[in-house]
Amino acid sequence: MTGTTPLLAVNGLEAGYGESRVLFGLSLDVREGEVVTLLGRNGMGKTTTIHSIMGIVTPTAGDIRFAGAAVQRLPAYAIARRGIGLVPEGRQIFPNLSVRENLIATATRNTSNGWDVERVLKLFPPLRERLSSWGNLLSGGEQQMLAIGRALLTNPRLLILDEATEGLAPLVRAHIWSVIEEIKATGMSILIVDKNVDALTRIADRHYVLERGRVVWSGTSAALVADGEIKTRYLGV
Amino acid sequence: MTKERIALAMVVVLALLPLLFAAMGESYYLTVATRMMIFGIAALSLDLILGFGGLISLGHAVYLGIGGYAVGILDFYGISNGFVQLGVATLASAGAALFIGAVSLRTSGVFFLMITLAFSQMVYFLAISINSFGGDDGLTLNAHSDLGLNFGNTQVFYYFVLACLAFFLWLSFRIVRSRFGMLLRGMKFNESRMIAIGFPTFRYKLTAFVISGAICGFAGALLANQTLFVSPSIMQWSRSGDLLVMVIAGGMGTIVGPVIGAIMFLLLEKVLASFTTYWGALLGMVLIALVLMGKTGLLGGMAKGGRPHG
Repeated sequence: MTGTTPLLAVNGLEAGYGESRVLFGLSLDVREGEVVTLLGRNGMGKTTTIHSIMGIVTPTAGDIRFAGAAVQRLPAYAIARRGIGLVPEGRQIFPNLSVRENLIATATRNTSNGWDVERVLKLFPPLRERLSSWGNLLSGGEQQMLAIGRALLTNPRLLILDEATEGLAPLVRAHIWSVIEEIKATGMSILIVDKNVDALTRIADRHYVLERGRVVWSGTSAALVADGEIKTRYLGV
Repeated sequence: MTKERIALAMVVVLALLPLLFAAMGESYYLTVATRMMIFGIAALSLDLILGFGGLISLGHAVYLGIGGYAVGILDFYGISNGFVQLGVATLASAGAALFIGAVSLRTSGVFFLMITLAFSQMVYFLAISINSFGGDDGLTLNAHSDLGLNFGNTQVFYYFVLACLAFFLWLSFRIVRSRFGMLLRGMKFNESRMIAIGFPTFRYKLTAFVISGAICGFAGALLANQTLFVSPSIMQWSRSGDLLVMVIAGGMGTIVGPVIGAIMFLLLEKVLASFTTYWGALLGMVLIALVLMGKTGLLGGMAKGGRPHG
């Protein structure tokens, strides 16, 4: 893959909240059509990395390039508009909008990447029956489906999932993973944070392990599976 | 019952009311009811930003003043064309809302409340200090806005105001159910999420603020027409407080609730004032009871289990 520009390239990223620094020169990239994960225990900087990419947190140093253009100085809404869809930790469904409204309110009119409401409902059949329910009356799994659907309807080039299956029942979790595989099959580039290393090694191409705001290990799924020490040392599994 | 049905039922009742008053031989009630509907429009306009945008403005009466004074000043200079008067009243209010909103929407919560209050006080004292337009004493109009209708006839004016109320109810339901309305409702609950999805929330809130101000300005123009008089008291800050009470007691975010709230507010004011000069204290108690018993306001109880829009 050398020679092609990555879709997302993060270099020497430093960020924090007030006095406390969280990220120390973190670098990673996601290539077109690739599924990449961020692994690490709680508090290691995974969410801060994602928030820096999205412009929710302003980096103090480093640069972030998306589709070849520097984005780290852009306002958060403009970064999202460039084609990054975030499925945030805790879903953050709008409780005062119906399921249908949650989907269409922020959808792009330009469906050039092929995502429209019908296609999202095919991906998540349970949502079809809940279209006129309030967003907060859904189960955790349905909320996660809705959050993924909402992000897909912005027709992003990169989908970011923060804690993709956190707090979900095993069956629901399995469904979410299979859907992520389906999305991957469409050629979507995906960056995932999750603790479910086994599922991730099956789905993802490459992994970055974070420890105190730095990348301490990166490699392919095969390398991660082969290296048992990584899991015990940095992931506590 | 859906909110639209309640709104429709209300409009039908209001349309039949003049017949009842005529049978009772009480034409004065018609004037009172007209005033209620005008404040209903003002409260409804505040609900667009308060109930759907989560913006607590303590200066909304300023648009009543701007709308009222637009009619008064044009009349002062001999321009009585109603289309010009109502148009200028609406546009001037929209312009003022654009300016006030552009500044105040950079803040939120209690700061937003203070800035909107400060702006309304500035305009209030401006109106007091301009003696050529009556200053503190107010400005008496020579004639009603000329729309080819006889606004001097209380019945004609009543039905004109009712038609305006019905139109603004319809418009508000349209706005709230539109994509713009969905975004507005979404950002009320989770603004940072809306930004992260790719929506610059400031623009949307400002748009809502301008629409709200314009509708309230129109209500101000109607008010000036009813009394043929405008004075700074129309935009006193306590008036903005009254509007907040109408919206909250009637049911925030329900559109029709604030109209009912306005009607109830003015009705209570009239009834209680006939018992005692300290009616304000009684009104306060009634309002506390209303808000404590049904936190969602009068309409919250009526339209319980309301289905989501769309």
